[in-house]
Amino acid sequence: MNNTLIKLRSIEKSFDGEQVLCGIDLDIHDKEFVTLLGPSGCGKTTTLRIIGGFETPDVGDVYFDGERINDLPPHKRQVNTVFQKYALFPHLNVYDNVAFGLRVQKVKEDEIQERVREMLTMTGLKGFESRRPATLSGGQQQRVAIARALINRPRVLLLDEPLGALDLKLRKDMQNELKRIQHATGITFIYVTHDQEEALSMSDTVVVMANGRIQQIGTPTDIYNEPVNAFVADFIGESNILDGVMLCDNKARFAAHTFDCVDGGFAKNEAVDVVIRPEDVDVVPVEKGMLSGTVSGVTFKGDYYEIIVDVCGFKWMIETSDYVAPEQKIGLYIEPDAIHIMKKSEYSGKFGDYSTFSEEMDHLSDPDTEASENEEETLLS
Amino acid sequence: MKKKLSFLERAAAVPHMVWAIMFIVAPLLFVAYFAFTDANGSFTLSNIELLSSYSHIFLVSICFSLVATFCCLLIGYPLAFVISRSKPSTQKLLTVLLMLPMWISLLIRTYSLMTLLDNGGLVNSLLTALGFEPVTMVGTGGAVILGMIYDFLPYMVLPIYTSMQKMDHRYLEAAADLGCNSFQTMFRVVLPLTAPGILSGITMVFVPSISTFYISQKLGGGNFDLIGDTIERQFKYPSTYHVGAALSLVMMILILISVAVMNRFSDQEGEMIV
Repeated sequence: MNNTLIKLRSIEKSFDGEQVLCGIDLDIHDKEFVTLLGPSGCGKTTTLRIIGGFETPDVGDVYFDGERINDLPPHKRQVNTVFQKYALFPHLNVYDNVAFGLRVQKVKEDEIQERVREMLTMTGLKGFESRRPATLSGGQQQRVAIARALINRPRVLLLDEPLGALDLKLRKDMQNELKRIQHATGITFIYVTHDQEEALSMSDTVVVMANGRIQQIGTPTDIYNEPVNAFVADFIGESNILDGVMLCDNKARFAAHTFDCVDGGFAKNEAVDVVIRPEDVDVVPVEKGMLSGTVSGVTFKGDYYEIIVDVCGFKWMIETSDYVAPEQKIGLYIEPDAIHIMKKSEYSGKFGDYSTFSEEMDHLSDPDTEASENEEETLLS
Repeated sequence: MKKKLSFLERAAAVPHMVWAIMFIVAPLLFVAYFAFTDANGSFTLSNIELLSSYSHIFLVSICFSLVATFCCLLIGYPLAFVISRSKPSTQKLLTVLLMLPMWISLLIRTYSLMTLLDNGGLVNSLLTALGFEPVTMVGTGGAVILGMIYDFLPYMVLPIYTSMQKMDHRYLEAAADLGCNSFQTMFRVVLPLTAPGILSGITMVFVPSISTFYISQKLGGGNFDLIGDTIERQFKYPSTYHVGAALSLVMMILILISVAVMNRFSDQEGEMIV
């Protein structure tokens, strides 16, 4: 990787006595696409605002290119932000919004014209120069916000849930667009989102946060395949998380069965969490299965079926391409490398059992709660 | 059902309509009537022609009002900014303090200001106690303008404060993010975004300033004749009603023009003032 550009060291921050960040250590490298991922209220936006200079940490240091910048005001930082609701200046048209940063720097007007045109072309906004922000669609406002930030050629671009207000199709397009812009400009992107799919598909590095702490830092593949605890395993994609015991290296016992696996380095008979992704379980006839259970629910998902299987009281979620009927008895087969063993953590036992599936989904996918929580978060900050 | 409701709604407006016709529309028509008639009730333009001899009064009035309005803006804008940036509890306290004088009659406020500025008043007592020469203030143009500022400042601060409160603080962050120091943020973002409040404040100070007569009488010590004073004097004697009406008419037109100009500005900002 390239050299480290931003360093956060043991950052702590509280608002009105409520601890929002506790002990954040984070290195961000040059030209990297880093995503801060976590549920509402996990501290990801606050972390971003500390890097942008809008908040000062109570404890800890922020370094930019080796220099401590805790007390440097936002306008002196080589960082620009795409705000959550864009914050485009309503009294200026698209051209003047994009030119704003350059005018402040007193760049010559003909150079401004050149650079604004270039930026509007790159973001696909040609022809919108004289429109007011209020007359643009969400996606267009989004592009103006990006153009307005990028035209200043910052070292780092901060993006605070920039796609949150867009519909699904537009989000996908803008994800590709952002990735393309990041490649084209070579600017470090720090991206805040609560959407794990977005994080996995766009980032070089994903930082998973919860309760004001960093849970895991890694590439999207690492985070998905080797989650460090039950929270990460559950937040990133779907997972079955079971209590287990590590008998010895490469032998784990869970669900009343001993499995071969590829993990090691645990103490003998150490209690662990076992993660198995729904797509890694094969459905086989009962006599050929390592485990057997009864199908309690089937959902058609288009290219696969999502089934819930009751194995001795623990509900597994399994993705299979072959139809199985509800109430059918089936066998389950799991390859050794599909089993991922994690150390016990404070999140053990809280996630990964699909017996309360519907409630959990309702809570997670309710857009209103999500939005209002976000609102609170920004108000607090 | 709906028709009945709308009848009721219309009926609800009747008391005000009657009030408005009796005390606003009718007097306005009288003003126009008197302005264009002589003592015998026949049509004449002589009242209007006579107005040219009052042109310096109009000029002085406009100048005083403009200075007072400008000073109110100079004092009121930073004040509104400070209030809007303080804690919510402090904001409440400060706005109450600001509005407190408005609950007291304008006459009483002006009179109390006069006792402060008088030759034997508090300010001069203080000056002599400190060994300075007493300063004659009442009877000067400065005192009249000070009175206008003192009486009408809240009308400048409140609309500006409201427009600042409505402004999303994210714009300030965005400006800082794009390289503005606090001074540049003020001029490039805060000022344009609060322009509707400024225009509204200007109108609300300028209009009462230009029509006041009490302030100039008390604090001006009779040395300054503003339009308001002149009009008041004309209406003391029936024989000069007609000139007074003509003066009133011209002043109303002046006010309407200034309001229209202000509204035109604010239309571009997408908001109405009055």
